[in-house]
Amino acid sequence: MDFLSMNTLGYPILSILVFLPLAGAVIVPLLPGENSVRIWTLFVTLTNAVVSLPLFTRFNATSAQYQFAEHHPWIESLNVNYTLGVDGISLLLVMMTTLIMPLCVLGSWKYIQTRVKEFMICLLVMETSMLGVFMALDLVLFYVLWEAMLIPMYLLIAVWGGPRKGYASIKFFLYTLAGSVFLLVAIVALYINQGTFSIPALMGQQYSERFQLLVFLAFFIAFAIKVPMFPFHTWLPAAHVEAPTAGSVILASVLLKMGTYGFLRFCLPITPGAAIGLLPALQWLSVAGIIYGGLTALAQQDMKKLIAYSSVGHMGFVTLGIFALNQRGLEGALLQMINHGVTTGALFLCVGMVYERSHSRELSDAAGLGKFMPIYVTYLTFFSLSSLAFPGTNSFVGEFLILAGAFFNNKIVAVCAVPGAILAAAYMLRMLQRVIWGGTNNPDQSRMYDLGWREAVTLAPLLVFVFWIGLAPEPFLRVMRPSLDHLLAQTGYHAQSALALAELVAR
Amino acid sequence: MNAYLFAPELVLLAGCLLAFCMTLTEARTQTLRLLVLCVGAAFAATSVSCLFAKGTLFYGAYRVDLFSQMVKSVMSVGFTLMLLFGADTKGISVRMRPEYYFFLLTSLLGLTLLSSSVELITLFIALELSSYSLYLLVPMRTPSDSMRAPMEAAIKYLLFGVTASGIMLFGMSWIFGIAGSTYLEQILPAMRTALAQPTGLNAAALVGLVMMLCGMFFKLAVFPFHFWAPDVYQGASNDTTAFIASMPKIVAVAVLARFCALAFPDEGHMAMLLTGLSIASMCYGNLTALVQTDVKRMLGFSGIAHAGYILMGMATLQGWGIATSLYYATGYLFMMLAAFLVLCVVSTEGQNLSIKDLNGLSRRSPLLAFVLGVSMFALAGIPPFVGFMGKFMLLTGAWRAGHTALVIIAAINTAIGIYYYLQVVRAVYTEPAPENAQGIVPHAGARLAGICLVGLVLALGMAPESMIRMATEAVLAAW
Repeated sequence: MDFLSMNTLGYPILSILVFLPLAGAVIVPLLPGENSVRIWTLFVTLTNAVVSLPLFTRFNATSAQYQFAEHHPWIESLNVNYTLGVDGISLLLVMMTTLIMPLCVLGSWKYIQTRVKEFMICLLVMETSMLGVFMALDLVLFYVLWEAMLIPMYLLIAVWGGPRKGYASIKFFLYTLAGSVFLLVAIVALYINQGTFSIPALMGQQYSERFQLLVFLAFFIAFAIKVPMFPFHTWLPAAHVEAPTAGSVILASVLLKMGTYGFLRFCLPITPGAAIGLLPALQWLSVAGIIYGGLTALAQQDMKKLIAYSSVGHMGFVTLGIFALNQRGLEGALLQMINHGVTTGALFLCVGMVYERSHSRELSDAAGLGKFMPIYVTYLTFFSLSSLAFPGTNSFVGEFLILAGAFFNNKIVAVCAVPGAILAAAYMLRMLQRVIWGGTNNPDQSRMYDLGWREAVTLAPLLVFVFWIGLAPEPFLRVMRPSLDHLLAQTGYHAQSALALAELVAR
Repeated sequence: MNAYLFAPELVLLAGCLLAFCMTLTEARTQTLRLLVLCVGAAFAATSVSCLFAKGTLFYGAYRVDLFSQMVKSVMSVGFTLMLLFGADTKGISVRMRPEYYFFLLTSLLGLTLLSSSVELITLFIALELSSYSLYLLVPMRTPSDSMRAPMEAAIKYLLFGVTASGIMLFGMSWIFGIAGSTYLEQILPAMRTALAQPTGLNAAALVGLVMMLCGMFFKLAVFPFHFWAPDVYQGASNDTTAFIASMPKIVAVAVLARFCALAFPDEGHMAMLLTGLSIASMCYGNLTALVQTDVKRMLGFSGIAHAGYILMGMATLQGWGIATSLYYATGYLFMMLAAFLVLCVVSTEGQNLSIKDLNGLSRRSPLLAFVLGVSMFALAGIPPFVGFMGKFMLLTGAWRAGHTALVIIAAINTAIGIYYYLQVVRAVYTEPAPENAQGIVPHAGARLAGICLVGLVLALGMAPESMIRMATEAVLAAW
């Protein structure tokens, strides 16, 4: 257990973070009235965000170990343990999740009017499983939480979604579950091979080339669907468009990150040989996603669809950074995961605010909002600029690092990815231009009142992060560096087996 | 005779006699229900308190060990919960109710005896006692125009059942011919010698064993012994189906586990047969369930698929694998009961429900919708419920035993299965309720049973360790 640095805080901070929302969810049915439910959920999620702060302040940024670790036996006959821990790769994702959740509650304050109790329970259960996924250091624990999350997310889309919610929710569920089945098979295969489910113990072991290839592919299908990588992305636009605002935000900010997190946590360190052998193909798939996402976003009239397709492109950048497999690329990818969570989450919140007022997400209906909603369009402008990676904003740093890493690894791939950034500018500026200055044709403009204080407060923290990461990314890069170095060392160690695998594939 | 060892059976026997007396009088339904519930509760209490009893009875024909007591306990708890929620027995006419309860109890008695029988003739008699009671229970349903005639289902059940029993009896005669004894204890070494011999004797032993297994395959509704299942599920009343879908399954698993011990040192034939049946059951059950509209019929086909999953553990022919089968069967019993609870309460006239009839259930009764949702997600194998943990253990066991292809086929089947379970959840949560639909307020018994079942499905899934350990111990004790 030398990879676990035991918790020195004096209290099990990770377990508290995971189970506090669940405990909060248990209380919800007992509360009277809808407003008290909203306030309670906000309180629970805010408390969780506050509880998570010591993770960042007390994190030892010079160590690649899993910190604040907890380890208890769970199913002894199978050697399954309840092991939690946070390293530089998962730390920021955990922090982002706790930050996003209160904003989701605020964003649904008026949007959700039916079955508020059930909605808030779903949100809280989601938070428990999402945090658990990022902290789990045992494959079975990971898988249980990874799958358990599907139920509340399915219900969020299926019950509170838009007109085609039935179709979208089933598509979402089936797609992700079909991927997860392969994940399960890979988990069992690893267990049979090594006799343990401990993720750190499985890293850096010697596996045969064929075994690596099969396990990698099984992992890859599960995570590529979740990301989603082109061509596994078709569930995403439907799910995003039909989900309620909070659902879209959670999907974009956290759920998609689980796929890329899976690449970093499993594919690279456990099956590095296979990953290196397949690197060119993975890079080209990423580029395809970038270009495809950009082009389709350009053609959208529905703002939510536009942002959904832009996610495909942005996540393409993230996977490109991961599969550049050098320090710049990995740093950029991890940072861009956070950036995408902040920026796209904010954009979905923005769309939700317009939808609450006009019950339309069409670009043409939202035209000319600049006149009626000055505060709103200010926010929208900043987030759009962040989304298109304007210098000074968070995405610029991320995309810059990713492209630099990609150049270092494969110049042709990097050059082909650059038009993605231009496409992002094209669709985002097109949207901005329409929304701010477009000729208004909205018959009932009285409804388009500006943001209230609740909405302004919802977006403000995200804006802070847009500029904080954009202007001073070092505190964020600092904590991830040792873990990423360690990850690279683990993969580099297997360069030899990668060559052998490349031969195997060629044959 | 040590009465302590036989206490659960004695309680049940007394219950049967009591119910028989009730059939002779004009008992009021209310009194009857209360009485049977008391019998069920007493049965559960004695079974659980005798969990660690050990010993043999009736000249060694009847063995009480952890294995049998565990099966009895699970069954008794399930049965009591079933009585709690099925208090209305709407599908059965008032005149028939005493008889209904009488045969329900005798069938349960048969199943209880079956789980402890270690002698072929005792085993066969116990099996027939439980089966014949069920053959009678199915046609007791008051027929209506909208449903398949219960009589047709009953005749199908009877014919298939009797044939399976015949084959089983035939197999037993072969085994008896080889071993010269009807006691499993003495058959075991004889089978080992027979199977180790290269002459025709090992083939004969294998054929006898396979034929003997057929009876249990029938109970478990394994492909190709499944033909009765969908029709009987559909034709029998909701309460009867709840019983048929859960109790005999776990006993069949228990008896199969005992028989599997006889299969050593067979070189792979047995494992191959079980693997083949497992794959066929999974694929057939899941693919046919996809197109069903009647919920009970769908559950019937999905039951065939689940029988396939259970056989996966059997195919390992190892103690641990078989323990996971037992664990899965336990979970399956509670998941099924949870699903049938909702069906029983929602069908106000005792009619069959189509998936459409469940539309908007979440608005009519949030609790029932929740119970049904949990049972469907659990059956589909989504964590944190027992369905996932069970499948996970089965997959691990099968892979350990070297059945990689089986694991992959099972995983794909799990994904297929999700679709039809999700259809039910979708109807419950997303479809609007029909306009004239009224809210449903489940009676106190149903509420209590629902909460207990959800708790069991969740607890078994989250904390499987003690159950698995007990199951492993139990299987080793039985071998």
